[in-house]
Amino acid sequence: MNVTTNTRAQRMNFWEKLYLPEIAKGLALTFKTMFRPKLTRQYPEERWEPLGSYRGRPVLVLEEDGERCVACGLCSRVCPALAIEVQAAETDRDKERYPSKFEINMLRCIYCGLCEEVCPEEAIVMSKDYDIVFHSQEEAIFGKDKLLVPIARLQERLEFLRQYK
Amino acid sequence: MPTITIDGHKIEAQPGKTIIEAALDSGIVIPHFCWHPALSVAGNCRMCLVRVGSYKKAADGTLELDENGNPVVQWMPKLQIACATPVAEGMVVDTTGDKTTEAQNAVMEFLLINHPLDCPICDEAGQCKLQEYAFKHSRGESRFVEEKVHKPKRVHWSDRIVFDGERCILCSRCIRFANEIAQQPVLTFVERGDHVTIELFEGTQFDSPYSMNVIELCPVGALTSADFRFRSRVWEMSFTPSVCPGCARGCNINIGVRNNEILRLEPRPNPHVNQYWMCDDGRLNQYRWVNTGRISGAWLRQGSQLQSVSIEQALEVVARALADQGGMLILSGSLTNEDGYLARKLATALNTLELVFVERNDPSFGDSFLRCSDRNANSTGLEALGIKRVSWDQLAAHVASRKPSVLYFLGADPLAEQATGWDAIIATVPLVVAQLTNHSPLEAFAHVVLPASTYAEIEGTFTNIDGWVQHLRPAVETQETLRINGMKQSRLDKFGAPNDRWTHGERRLCRPHWQLIAGIATALGLTWHYSTAADVFAELSQTVPAFGGMDYSVLDHFRGVRLGAQPEPLGVVYESHFMKPQSE
Repeated sequence: MNVTTNTRAQRMNFWEKLYLPEIAKGLALTFKTMFRPKLTRQYPEERWEPLGSYRGRPVLVLEEDGERCVACGLCSRVCPALAIEVQAAETDRDKERYPSKFEINMLRCIYCGLCEEVCPEEAIVMSKDYDIVFHSQEEAIFGKDKLLVPIARLQERLEFLRQYK
Repeated sequence: MPTITIDGHKIEAQPGKTIIEAALDSGIVIPHFCWHPALSVAGNCRMCLVRVGSYKKAADGTLELDENGNPVVQWMPKLQIACATPVAEGMVVDTTGDKTTEAQNAVMEFLLINHPLDCPICDEAGQCKLQEYAFKHSRGESRFVEEKVHKPKRVHWSDRIVFDGERCILCSRCIRFANEIAQQPVLTFVERGDHVTIELFEGTQFDSPYSMNVIELCPVGALTSADFRFRSRVWEMSFTPSVCPGCARGCNINIGVRNNEILRLEPRPNPHVNQYWMCDDGRLNQYRWVNTGRISGAWLRQGSQLQSVSIEQALEVVARALADQGGMLILSGSLTNEDGYLARKLATALNTLELVFVERNDPSFGDSFLRCSDRNANSTGLEALGIKRVSWDQLAAHVASRKPSVLYFLGADPLAEQATGWDAIIATVPLVVAQLTNHSPLEAFAHVVLPASTYAEIEGTFTNIDGWVQHLRPAVETQETLRINGMKQSRLDKFGAPNDRWTHGERRLCRPHWQLIAGIATALGLTWHYSTAADVFAELSQTVPAFGGMDYSVLDHFRGVRLGAQPEPLGVVYESHFMKPQSE
């Protein structure tokens, strides 16, 4: 017959078995912590601001005269999850090509940043957006309307890329 | 025959050939831009520089040997261009040694000095000879820090071709093509030094019926197709080797498909038929009708309306009418040999059926090079099967005198071709069956409409005007075919899932003509067992002597076999651009 010895209950002394002093000790810790600085963040009211090196959702850089992207399709080719679809078309601008359609399936995206790394125009960069929500598969496919972000809001990332890429 | 040594391999060269030709004949490709086997030698890109020499001989005529016992080579003091140096007995050529590699690196660096490196924008990226050699023969970094030369961009040579002077590496392939093949000498070099560019002579444009061949010919992306420009990256498409249905020549083509839609056709080399070329009409006009205006599903007339029915139900109706009343099978001359064979077999089995195919001649289309005035892709093949060739006028007279109760149009369409008097004739026939690929005015008169697959969706064979039997392969999926069953797949085809929007291209409910004919036979209770076009062709090659000994693998291997002849050896087929996704 197996008899279990040296369990926690068996090792407790009288005061510990009484519980009451232990509760008092626990409450003391609680009261002490109440007056210490708080570590909990009140998300979503209080949001975390990531650093420039953070890889959030990929976005397209929008300059004053339009998007930087020339729809070369390298991001689409390199994407290991095949999340990106690009359709090119011709424009009259100096760069003859622009994306008439640019879609990223955010259900497929794995935030690896290879699209940013391969981009010859520095047109697709990883942003700081980390809370991506949608209610259906259709909604998860982000088009140009959601992807284009003014360059002013991406300065920190572009600076990071210039320094470390 | 002179024996030469290339990189240590002894080669028997044809006398009079140049080093680059002799090397190609034995499967060695010397890097080059401006040389092309079908064009004259220009020798201006300098990419094919190789080290040439001969074995040193002692005074008594024996080979001089070094301390290891190898013959000593006396090299020429400077490198020679392989495209313009004829072979000579005992010649030694080095295409991979240090000196040659150094020269190739240097030439690449020179070529890239004024090249804009706008590969992200350029349509040629992914199939570019310059990219290919930049990987193999370039140092990877440019030492050139000065401003590049700017030249005219987006110059329209015609409404079909766009020229970009900055990307051009001045190989002159297009100039020589215009002079020698297209016979429209309108292009020339202008300016001097690094400002050289290519221009049209004043008041001309390059609009020859073969002009668009310069787009594939161009080793870089200086010449692009106005029709295709930026529609897809080359690596996103699958390329299926097939045959152009535009006329009786049957030029070999590659069908470029993405998302089940044909985006472009381009010529595929075949020394028997079209060498390296195809006409602009085939390239521009033979794919849109596959993508748009297609009949999908079978339709049966009830009163004044066409009702959607299953293909089997429609075939049942046609089979019953043909068995009870007899009738006439009117074939298009662009049906495959397999279609023609089964139509003939059905006509023999029922023996109340008449079988003809309708010719389609356009004398204004034919020329002395590739284009034929016979616009049917397979009239030679159908005639070899013993099917009678008629014109719409002859047929109209015949129908008026015989008054058949069923007219079964297989691909042939008198109303779309605007044959005179046919709307009146059709209106009097009790049962009109239209087995067509595209919507047509004929549907308004038809009692049964059956959906037929186009040349791009089927496997089969066409026999061209000179009797070459050539293999067609399916490039576009229908509802009843699956791409994974042996069709060419792009990366997107391989990895797409149903929730990816780039997999949603239309798949139509249609069948090859032979399958619909076999369906009628089944409805009639005949026991025909064909599951693939290859089964039909196997029986055809056994029963029709002209096709004897052929099967699809033989046709593929020899790129076509002539009717009633043995396969002819093919030799090495030159492919200009290697990096591109290969269809073969």
